[in-house]
Amino acid sequence: MLSYIIGRLLRMIPQVFLISILAFIIVQLPPGDYLTEHLNRLRQSGASIDQAEVERFTKMYGLDQPMHIQYLKWITNIVTRGSFGYSFEWQKPVNEVIVGRIGTTFVIAFLSFVVCWSLAIPIGIYVAVRQYSLADYFFTFLGFIGLATPGFLLALVIMYVAYTYFGIRVGGLFSPEFETQPWSWAKFVDLLSHLWLPVLILAIGGTANLIRTMRATMLDELRKQYVMVARAKGLSEFAVLLRYPVRIAINPILSTFGWLLVWFFSGGMVVEIVLNLNTAGPVLWRSLMRQDMYMAGAYIVIIGTLTALGSLISDILLAIVDPRIRFGSMEGL
Amino acid sequence: MSGFLSIFKGKQQEPGAEVQAPSAQTKDERFYRAGQWQLVWWKFRRHRLANFAMIVLGILYFIAAFAEFVSPYDPLHRFKDFSAKPPSVIYIRDTEGRLRLPFVYGAIRARDPVTMRPVYKEDTTRIYPIKLFVRGDEYKFWGLFPSDLHLFGTGDPQMPLFILGSDHLGRDVLSRIFYGARISLTVGLIGVFLSFILGLVLGGLAGYFGGLVDEAVMRIIDVLVSLPAIPLWMALAAALPQDWPQLRTYFYVTIILSILGWTSLARVVRGKMLSLREEDYVMSAKLDGESEWQIIARYMLPGFTSYIIVSLTMAIPGMILGETALSFLGIGLHPPTISWGVMLQDAQNVQTIAQLPWLLTPVVFVITAVLMFNFLGDGLRDAADPYVT
Repeated sequence: MLSYIIGRLLRMIPQVFLISILAFIIVQLPPGDYLTEHLNRLRQSGASIDQAEVERFTKMYGLDQPMHIQYLKWITNIVTRGSFGYSFEWQKPVNEVIVGRIGTTFVIAFLSFVVCWSLAIPIGIYVAVRQYSLADYFFTFLGFIGLATPGFLLALVIMYVAYTYFGIRVGGLFSPEFETQPWSWAKFVDLLSHLWLPVLILAIGGTANLIRTMRATMLDELRKQYVMVARAKGLSEFAVLLRYPVRIAINPILSTFGWLLVWFFSGGMVVEIVLNLNTAGPVLWRSLMRQDMYMAGAYIVIIGTLTALGSLISDILLAIVDPRIRFGSMEGL
Repeated sequence: MSGFLSIFKGKQQEPGAEVQAPSAQTKDERFYRAGQWQLVWWKFRRHRLANFAMIVLGILYFIAAFAEFVSPYDPLHRFKDFSAKPPSVIYIRDTEGRLRLPFVYGAIRARDPVTMRPVYKEDTTRIYPIKLFVRGDEYKFWGLFPSDLHLFGTGDPQMPLFILGSDHLGRDVLSRIFYGARISLTVGLIGVFLSFILGLVLGGLAGYFGGLVDEAVMRIIDVLVSLPAIPLWMALAAALPQDWPQLRTYFYVTIILSILGWTSLARVVRGKMLSLREEDYVMSAKLDGESEWQIIARYMLPGFTSYIIVSLTMAIPGMILGETALSFLGIGLHPPTISWGVMLQDAQNVQTIAQLPWLLTPVVFVITAVLMFNFLGDGLRDAADPYVT
């Protein structure tokens, strides 16, 4: 088991390394760079430019040097000092800007994830046991709609319904009166009252998908003979289900851990922008539009690493519950 | 020669006649004689939802193909007197209770004294019947044939027909949706075509040669999959200069969409290659001295063509949604290009949505298209392996 985990961890290192290279290339793709554009703007407005400051930045990030040197400087800073560079637009280190926001995005993704699993697994089991019942059709229908509606369109529609029929302006993370206040119980409650909407919107698509998977694998397992044997032994129906078929049918769900996180981060970005949340999505979007490259690069690297970590965790979870994976070859993983 | 051909054709139609009333025996016989694709088709026909989806998609693509003729107006025509007009109500009974063919009433425009926004009232004294094949805005069909014939409309510029309302500039939303279908529905097809080539080549190489090539391709897929799609799309799309011509942007957007789309197909191809490589018939082809390309193209590819078609169908909706999201955020296509995502740019904030909710109607079309592709893919997946019943 330990050797499996270590092997899997070792595989992750080149993966994260490649992600960082890709991220760097991507943020460098747009023509021009922020510093030059920024200086041009300052010059046009006639503001004085601190030449020493400019030189310090140029030197620090090797902006006058070829790409691969720039990349090496950038990645060395990240690995050795945990510093993601300087945000030109926010005029402060990237770390300061993103730590809290990535945190909120992560909380939203994680909550959606919890909602997703705690809804999908019981519903999936139920509709598999009661195949072709009214509930089965209902959830199948709901599942298709959930699958076909991306979060941001759902957010748009919910905003419209909430505004016209209930007169509520959904969006934001806090009500205006709490925006600048220090943390208190009331502010926390206010946060929760805003958080449920993005969490729900994100969870719907994932839940739809998981119910389908859970239902399909459950149906396969329920037809197998060991289920009949368990019944013949005189186990209660509940025990029959939970002890055997559910334990196997849950494997594909465990393996979704990795890509569900990707799904939530990915879909979350646009939902966060639509709902105007002060989280990672809108900031990344703005930094991409303004070519604030270290900011954008930091986001892509962090999210890429988190999702690589997610799939690592789901592989380990799978190895724990399924001995075939632990002892079998790594092929196909 | 032509006589011989016609005999041949006549013979081919005969089994079709049997379909009408097959006895039990001929049905069995037909099953065993039918080729793989015939079986796939029969099995697909049994999947009702997928058949329904195919018809709906057919209609959508028909609309996209004949957008100039089907839409009542030019999508850029600004009816200055009818900006932000709600959808027209279509009546079949007039104020005196008489039944008529469908018609709309004239509209009187006023301004809300407080908000200064236009408000419309129906003028029940003026009746505009909805006609088929009316003359209206001139267009060039497929950029070639000039015409001004439209499938339906009032035929009267005094009172245009706004089935789904008009936008801030007085442009007909329905016409824009029809023209938008052209881009929104093809972005997926072209994107899928590009990912198809990438996925087939890379997945095929990985599966057939295995070893180091396999390892390399699988690691690349790992990396691409762990980068969340939309942020990556955003990053790539942000690199497109804003002042590029529309066609070029469109082309690059499809490339961006397909860069991430190939991974799932490559996995399917690789898995199938790995399993087919071990088959006896491949071994015997090898012993026969066939070249590797011939083995792949003639013996292995046909073995999983149906699975490829399924994953292609399932990949299209993702691309449609990708285009919508990118254009919605303002980093994909831009006006004056018309696509469903571009149209939704107008519906970004709560105020607009509350005042002009009909600007959200492209959402319905996006969801319908995506849903139908999913149904179609489901039906195809069931039919892909017709030998399993």
